[in-house]
Formats: sequence, structure tokens, C-alpha cells
Amino acid sequence: MKNNFDDQEIGQPRLLLQSVTKEFPGCLANDSVDLRIEPGEIHALLGENGAGKSTLVKMIYGILKPDSGTMIWEGNKVQVANPAHARDLGIGMVFQHFSLFEALTVKENIALGMTNPPAMDQLEQQILEVETRYGLPLDPNRAVHSLSVGEKQRIEIVRCLLQDPSLLIMDEPTSVLTPQEAETLFVTLRQLSEEGCSILYISHKLDEVRQLCQSATILRHGCNVGNCIPANETPASMAALMIGEEFEVAQRGEHPEAGPVTLEIRSLSRKSEQSFGIDLHDINLEVHSGELMGIAGVAGNGQAELLELLSGEVLSAADEILIGGESIGHRGSTKRRQQGLCFVPEERLGHGSVPDMSLNDNSLLSGFVSQPFLNKGFIATETVRKFTRQVIDLFDVRCPGQDALAGSLSGGNLQKFIVGREILQQPKVLVVAQPTWGVDAGAAALIHRALLQLAAEGAAVLVVSQDLDELLTISHRIAAICGGSMSESYDINEVSAEDVGLLMTGVSLDKSSTKPGPAQGALQ
Amino acid sequence: MSDSMTILLAASLTIIGAATPLLFAALGELITERSGVLNLGVEGMMLIGAVSAFAGALITGNTYIGVLCGAFAGMLMALLHGYLTLTLMTNQVATGLSITIFGVGLSALIGLEFVGVTVEPLSNLPVPLLSEIPFFGTLLFDHNLLVYLSVALVFGLSFFIFKTRGGLILRAVGDSPESSHALGYPVIKIRYMALMFGGLMAGLGGAYLSLIYTPMWSENMTAGRGWVALALVVFATWKPWRVLLGAYMFGGVTILQLHGQGFGLDIPSQFLSMLPYLATILVLVLISRDRLKLRENSPASLGRTFRPTA
Amino acid sequence: MSFSLVARPQPSKLMVYLSPLLALILTLFSGFLMFSLMGIDGLDALYAFFILPISDSYGFSELLVKAIPLILIGVGLSIGFKANVWNIGAEGQLVMGAVAAGGVALFAYESESIWVLPAMMIAGILGGMAWGAVPAWLKTRFNANEILTSLMLTYVAGLFLSFLVHGPWRDPEGFNFPESRLFSESALLPIILEDTRLHIGMIIALLVVATIWILLSKTLIGFQVKVVGSAPRAARFAGFKEKGLIWFSLLLGGGLAGLAGMIEVSGPIGQLVPQVSPGYGFTAIIVAFVGRLHPLGVTIAGLLLALSYLGGETLQIEMGLPQAVTGVFQGMLLFFLLACDVLIKFRINMTQKASKTESVKQEASA
Repeated sequence: MKNNFDDQEIGQPRLLLQSVTKEFPGCLANDSVDLRIEPGEIHALLGENGAGKSTLVKMIYGILKPDSGTMIWEGNKVQVANPAHARDLGIGMVFQHFSLFEALTVKENIALGMTNPPAMDQLEQQILEVETRYGLPLDPNRAVHSLSVGEKQRIEIVRCLLQDPSLLIMDEPTSVLTPQEAETLFVTLRQLSEEGCSILYISHKLDEVRQLCQSATILRHGCNVGNCIPANETPASMAALMIGEEFEVAQRGEHPEAGPVTLEIRSLSRKSEQSFGIDLHDINLEVHSGELMGIAGVAGNGQAELLELLSGEVLSAADEILIGGESIGHRGSTKRRQQGLCFVPEERLGHGSVPDMSLNDNSLLSGFVSQPFLNKGFIATETVRKFTRQVIDLFDVRCPGQDALAGSLSGGNLQKFIVGREILQQPKVLVVAQPTWGVDAGAAALIHRALLQLAAEGAAVLVVSQDLDELLTISHRIAAICGGSMSESYDINEVSAEDVGLLMTGVSLDKSSTKPGPAQGALQ
Repeated sequence: MSDSMTILLAASLTIIGAATPLLFAALGELITERSGVLNLGVEGMMLIGAVSAFAGALITGNTYIGVLCGAFAGMLMALLHGYLTLTLMTNQVATGLSITIFGVGLSALIGLEFVGVTVEPLSNLPVPLLSEIPFFGTLLFDHNLLVYLSVALVFGLSFFIFKTRGGLILRAVGDSPESSHALGYPVIKIRYMALMFGGLMAGLGGAYLSLIYTPMWSENMTAGRGWVALALVVFATWKPWRVLLGAYMFGGVTILQLHGQGFGLDIPSQFLSMLPYLATILVLVLISRDRLKLRENSPASLGRTFRPTA
Repeated sequence: MSFSLVARPQPSKLMVYLSPLLALILTLFSGFLMFSLMGIDGLDALYAFFILPISDSYGFSELLVKAIPLILIGVGLSIGFKANVWNIGAEGQLVMGAVAAGGVALFAYESESIWVLPAMMIAGILGGMAWGAVPAWLKTRFNANEILTSLMLTYVAGLFLSFLVHGPWRDPEGFNFPESRLFSESALLPIILEDTRLHIGMIIALLVVATIWILLSKTLIGFQVKVVGSAPRAARFAGFKEKGLIWFSLLLGGGLAGLAGMIEVSGPIGQLVPQVSPGYGFTAIIVAFVGRLHPLGVTIAGLLLALSYLGGETLQIEMGLPQAVTGVFQGMLLFFLLACDVLIKFRINMTQKASKTESVKQEASA
């Protein structure tokens, strides 16, 4: 791909980065990266997880300092000392992991993001003005913890807009939005762009980049591997640059003949015990053996609460959750493991694994129930080590060895380890949350294949994910959770991405839900 | 004035005397905890404050200078705590304990030659005219500088925390150091400041004990008041005016301890002495049992080490 | 040149063991400075503090006598600390153990049965457990912070003991001194080394250390303790019961502190007095940390901290310095240890002039 900008030199760019380099101990995060953003342009920064996108924008926003290279802002060479300096220059940033304060109000959060905020009532006035102008409704006096993820993102955007930015950086903004919410966001961004504000849009979703962005810079392994005009490219050509290597993509195959219902949730309701939690309302769900069921939904709609109830970290009434026809809602994790339930939590470090312990110890963590890891209360060290070696070999976990600390592995490798650890226990039911969150493409493909393989071998697999594309690729059936309520489930071939998007906002579809085939009737 | 009025007045003054050192220490700890730092060294800081204040007053002959010495010494201890927990990222619980153990030992060592000596206590500063009102004048307007200061601080800190930008930033740092850092606030520096203010206040509380309450120095004279102050902050759900309430309630318990037998209660003195400690446990239980409320009010990052990575 | 901390890719095993040694050296150095500031010959004082007390075999046996309670309490506490259960009320649990054991001894005053000692031992353990159970109950039932409750209970225990020896349990022939009767022979721990005060408690302590060591390194419960402390959510994921471990830690810590209390009153003291411990329960917190929360380390640290008591006594006798020196040394040792521990996870970078904020990033996220 050619560098388009050299031939279209028109006037002064808003931002120009020249061979910016940043090294961390053991990792060259950015290797002389160039970037050029024109006034009023929506510019995509594309790359896989780990490609160095966040590092680059953190340097633009003054959170990190480059080791070398220059930054030219509206014609002047600058060194951004800190975020306040960046804001003074006219750079605003919306973080992927929001920099918000849960205990404070919207207004206070916005004030904290401004260098010289006006008095509080004046600020409230300004917030309301920006909100009406850009169609971003928000009550300035609400506490942040009571807001949805989409609303939280609006705070960040309003916070930036109040400063009249001439460059707005958006880090993976749609990863927490429904397709419909994403559309609304694009309208706002286009409006901003027409008003002359440049936008640096970080993403790895090629479709939305083609839809929204006028130009793109692609990073791979910290290097600038090309610039392009997304509209002129195909997703495949951009993906080739972004990923760089070939790997086998997971194939779902046909919807299998439905086996018996192995995991069943029956009118499960639950008031949240967390201070900022979501209540669950009358959730019904059946997962058959042999199928992979996907649950879509925007973060914070009850997934965390549902997963806790499924794993057994929080208990429910006995017959609200059944495995293989047996009521286990009132049983703890250990009893559930004995029934053949395995679980992969969303948070890898500190939930799915103990970061400060070796991989061996982390095998013991969840394997002690189903595997012969204990001998009269004493730990059978050799058995644990053997199991760990197996996980490492079969799931291509790249690590210094089985005594390496879990926390020292990269995200993708640790996730492969955790998924492998659960799959090797040969579960009858596997519940997985966010299987490939923040994982590189190669590891993601491996995990997808392993999950489908497990289903093909007769297990019931339930995948809860915010990544709709992922669910559309691997699920046989799909449902969505919204505000603590679960939609009907549908055969994947009968719904479109837009349909699922509607489900994610709590709208029910106008088609009758599909109940899978004959086996179910036989069972009941 | 009738006899019962005299007794009531004496009792009220005892309450104020017992409450003021707790009020200082707890208000200081409140600010420290609002920034997300748990300081379990309050007891040690109070002791160092008490002995330094006493030494300062004895050497200079000026009680006010003594007070300043106490505050400064408390702040130095907090600086030590900060260097360990904030710069070297040590465990806040262990570090606080070591500050207390060290403070107990060091104050005893410094105070060795002061045992049995007395100093001129801080004199009262009656408010002109107002203090001449019968009963209420003495109760409200005839105190030493530190009593006035402690009450003024309740109002001042309430205003600071909830109405000023500085207070907003303090709360933000305690709620999410990560977000604060991302927005460019110097988390570590802010925590140092909050911690040092806490040390200064603990030092003042100690100074009050050795210069006004007793007024003399004895080993381990705080007798757990630093720990009670920590409990008071929880009881107060991190709100200054509730610290005031809690501290004065504890003052009230002290009355029972001091005057219990005078009131004709036939209970061994040891059991009366247990009261403040048992009361502390009781209020902790009452406030902590509502987990939701506690979690909503407590600074979310309390006790967690923060490392400013990018 | 400013120094900065750089994260190590893996925690340094070497520093785990080197850090206590480094801390000890720094403590000695600071002690030297402190004595010099006090106008005393620093080397003489250090000699009197660290060497003189154990320069003969009697001194060494005294070291062991003082180390016994420290080691017992230290191993108990280290389990709790590993699981993030901060029992800092071991002093009170020790006192209640002493009270319970002392009660048995006084009740069985006339008895010469060989069962008196085992009964005292069980009473001591139960007494300490009971006092540890209160914070466990308050924590699991009411969510009350165990740091504060266990500490408050320490004051209560001390006052309770004071009440007993001033009142109902005061020796009727004791000239009104606040002390109980001297225990009878059958309630005293046998001496294992003649002409010293070294008693059978030494063997009990070693047995306890070995048992806890096996428990921690070889069994599931030991694994659970480590997981709960290191990653509480992972422990819930694994199905380990947090409340159960809170009870376990506090009962074990309380029981061992109670045992130490029993050993003190039926060993070196031989009666109930208002002060049955010179702060062993607090010092054991330092013992646990200096010993890396590991039973073997705790044993070594127990000896070291026992020396700080002996050293304080020697300084008092030889140079007229106050006992408080002991506390200062103990505090300093813990400071330096905590500070040196930073080197386990980080290394110091002297050349790089960059500020800390940017040099520490462990891995770059995209």
C-alpha cells in the first residue's frame, strides 16, 4: 500500500508525528512511527491488540513521553508535558477504559477533566448546551455509578467537547456500544468533523473504519506498516496489513442436532448485592449439549451478576440453575465442578488466575475438584505438573516454563492457558466470559476453535461476550441480555447483526423464537 | 449556680477535654483516607506528637511552641510513612503497624527524662463578653486555642472536601487513582500532602494530651486513642461533622470511666476502663454491618497501593 | 542523578532472602547512629545489645526462652497475614490464654496430677481461640474490621487480667500485691536444660513450626490461605470459602497465642501477674514479617527479636539505658525490611534520568 499523504500535501496538518519511538523494558512499543492528521479529518489508527496504538496516543496526550521523534502540532514543534498541557493545546481524549470517578457526579467528573473549570452552576449550563448541540443527553447531577456504559462514554465526550478541542482522540469507542449506539456516535463524530475538529479514531474493527474514516494509519508490532484511504480498500486488504500472518479462522459449521438440555436457567431473578450492580429479572435459558450458545450485550447489563450466579460464587435458589437436570443453584463452585461445570471468568488476572503464583499452582486452583490433584488432603505435585504441561503443549501457551508466574504471561497466552485448563477437565458445561477480550488474533482463533471443538464433542458451551462479531462467528444460537433481562434465543442463521443489536437494547424481535429440534421434545 | 449545674458543667468540660484529641487525630485520618491511604500509624504519630510537644514546651517554656513541635513531629512521622507506602510502595497495613511500634518505643526513649515533670498547660482564651454568660459562657466560650481550632476544623474541612476544587481532587484521587493519573493529577503528591496533614493532626492530638489533658508525659499515654480515631473515621462514614459527633460521644463514655464510681456505680474500675474499647467495637459493628452503605461511602481505593504506570 | 525504580520481569528470589539481611545491617547502622547521637559509644552499645546477652550458655538459653512465645505467635500470625487477615490482637489472645491456663492452675492448686499441665495447655489454647473468635465473628457476621476489633480486645483482655489479680484471684497471703498464688509444681513446665529456665515449651514450639510448615506447603488448606491472600476473587472462583479462612486464621492465631500465654505463666513466670508479656503479641507481628511469613523464617526471626529483648535488658543493666530501646530497634527493623522488600519486585536504576512514571511500565498495551 502506498503512502497517500505524500502526494496530497495541502496546507498545514493539524498533527504530524515523525519517527516517534517508545521502548519499555523488554518491549519496543513504537518503532519510529509517523502519523499525519489533517484538520477536520477522521483518521483511523488501526491495529491488533498489542500493536502499540494505545502507547502512541498516550504520547500524543502527554501521559507518556516518547524516547525519540518529533511531534508537530499545527505547525509548531511541541513536547507535551502532561494531559493538562495537551488539553491546553486543544487535544481531547476519550479513553477505552474510562477515566471516570464512580462515586462522583457527572458534573464533578467533567470539572475534573478540565484545566480551569468555571463555577459549578455555570459549568452545568455549559454541559447542557453541549449536550443539546450534539445530541448527548445526560443529567449533570447524576452519580456516575448509576449510569450505563454508553452514558459513561458520553461523559467523556462531553468533557472533551467543553474544551473546544481541535483534535479528539477516541480509543476503541464502539467496543462498549450496541451497533445502534455506535451509529448515533458516528453522527456526532461526523458533525464534529464538519465543524473542523480532527478525530483520531482507534479501532480494530475494519467495517466501521471503512464507514467512518477518511484516512487510516496501520500499526503492527509497533511499526507503521501503511497508510490508506479505507473507502478504497477491502476489509481483507486492511486485515492482511494489520495481522500480517495467516492463521486458521474458526469455522462454526452447521448447527448440530441438538442434544439434551445440559445447562438450564429457570426464571432466575436476583437483586444485586453490589452497590452499583444490576438486578436480574426472570432469566430463562437452555443450552443443549453439542451447541455453542452466545449471549450478547453491552457491558454492565447484568452479565457480571449472571456469571457469578452460574459459577457458584453467588448462590441462588436450588432449581433456578440446573446442570444435566439436577438443581445446583444452591450449591457452591466445588459442587458444580463435580457436576461437570467449568468456568472461564472475564478477568484473567486475579479472577481466572492468581498472578503471583506459578502455572502449576494455577492448575491446582480450579482443577483440584475434577482432577486427581489431592492425595488424602496433600497436594500431588507431580500430577499437577503433568496436567500443566499438557495444557501448555495442547494450547500452545508460550511461556518460559510451567513454573513461570501467571502474571508474567502475555494476555493471549494466559487466556489460552486458562481456557485450556478448563477444557482439559472435560467439562459437560463450559461457561466462558469474554473469551478473547484484549487477545491477539492468533490466540483468539485458537480459542474459538477449541470452544467449537469442545461443543462438537458434546459439551454445552455458553459464551458471554460484548464482541458481537465474535458471537456471530462462533455461536450456533444467540440471545442478548439488557438491563438484567434475557431475550429469547435465536438460531444464528435466522438473525442479522442488526437484529441482535436490537435485542441488546431490549427490543424484542418480530419473529417467533426458534426452539431447537426434536431432541428437546424427547427429553421433556 | 446550683450543684447539679456545676456537676453538669464539669462533666461537659471533661467530655470536651477527652474528645478534642480524638477529634484532631480522626479529622486528620479522615483527610488521609479520603486520598486512599490507610494510616495505621496514628497511635504512633500521636505518641511522638505528645512527647515532642512536651519536650518543646519544657525546653522553650512556651506551650504554644510545644504545640507546634508536636504537630511538626507528627508530620515527620507521616513523611516517613509516605516515603515507605507511596514512594517504595510498601504494604500500608504493615507500614502503619511499624510506625506505631516504632512510635511507642521512640517516644518512650525521648520521654524518659520527662516522666514526672509538669509544664504549664495551655491557657484558656475566653471570648470577651460571650464567656460571661452564665453556664453556656463557660461551656462554649472559655476554652484553649486547640478546642476552638478543632471545632473550626470540622467546618473548615467539611467546606474543603465538598465545596472546593481541592476537595474534589482529593475525593477523586481516593475514588480512582488510575483515573486521576490518566487526567494528569499528581496522585502521589496529593497523597503525600493528605498523609502529612493527617500526621500533623495526629501530632496536635498528641500535643493536646501531653500539654492540656494531663498535662504531663507518661509512656504510652495515648492508650489506644489513635486506634479509636481510626474507628471513628469509619463510624463517621468519612464525613467531618460525624467525626465531631463520634468524638464527643466517646468523650461521654470517658465520663463514665472517670466518674463512674463517683456516681455510685459499684463496678470494678477495670470494667469501667474497658468501656471506651468496647464502645469502639460496638460502633464499628453498627456501622459496618450495612456493607452497602459502607462501601458507597468509603474511598474506593483505600489501602490499595497505587503505582503510576502509564 | 536521581534514582528510579524499574519493575523486574520476575520477582527476585534472591532479594526475598537478602532483604531481611539488608534490613538487619541497616538497623545496626542506624542503631550505631542513634547511640552516637545519645552520646554513647555506638560500638559498645551495639556489642552490649547484640553480642553480650548471648555470650554464655545461660544467655543463650534465655534467648530460647524468649523466642518460644515469639515463634509460636509468629507462625500463627503469618498464616493470617498470608490470607490478608490482620489479627493484631495476639497480645490480648496471649493474655486470655494465660488467664484460662492460670485459672486451671489455681483451681487445681492442690492437685498433683500429671493432667494439670495438659489441662492448662488446652485451656490456654481455648482461651486464646475464644479471644480470636470474637474478631472472626464480628468480621464474618458484621463485616467489622478485624484490625481494630482485635486491637481493642487486647486492651480489654489486659484490663480483665488486671481485675483478676487485683480482685478474686489475688494471692491471699501475698501482702496485697496484685499477683496470684505461685503455681504448684504440677502446674509448671518441666525444665529441659539444667540450671537454666529453658523448658519443654521449646519442643512444643518446634513441633508447631513443623506442623504449620507441612500444612502450608503440602496441603490444600495451605494453598487456600495463599490464594485468598494473593487474589481474593480467584479464591472465590476456585470455591475457597473466605469466611472459613477468616475463622481458621483467627482461631489458629488465637490458639497459638493462647498457648504462648499458657507457656509464659506456667514456664518462666509461674503465676499470674498484671503483665504476663512484655509485648510479645505485638513483637510477633514483626517476627512474622521478618520471617517472610514462612515457618522456618519465623523461627529465625523469633530468635532475632528475642535478642532485642535481651539486648534491651542488658543495655539497661550495663549502661542504664531504658528498655524502650528494644521497641525502637524492633520498629526500625520492620521499616527497613519493608523498604528493602521493594527490591524484590523492582530494581534501582541509577543511570536513567527519566522520571519514575514512565520507566516502570511493565508491558505495553496497544
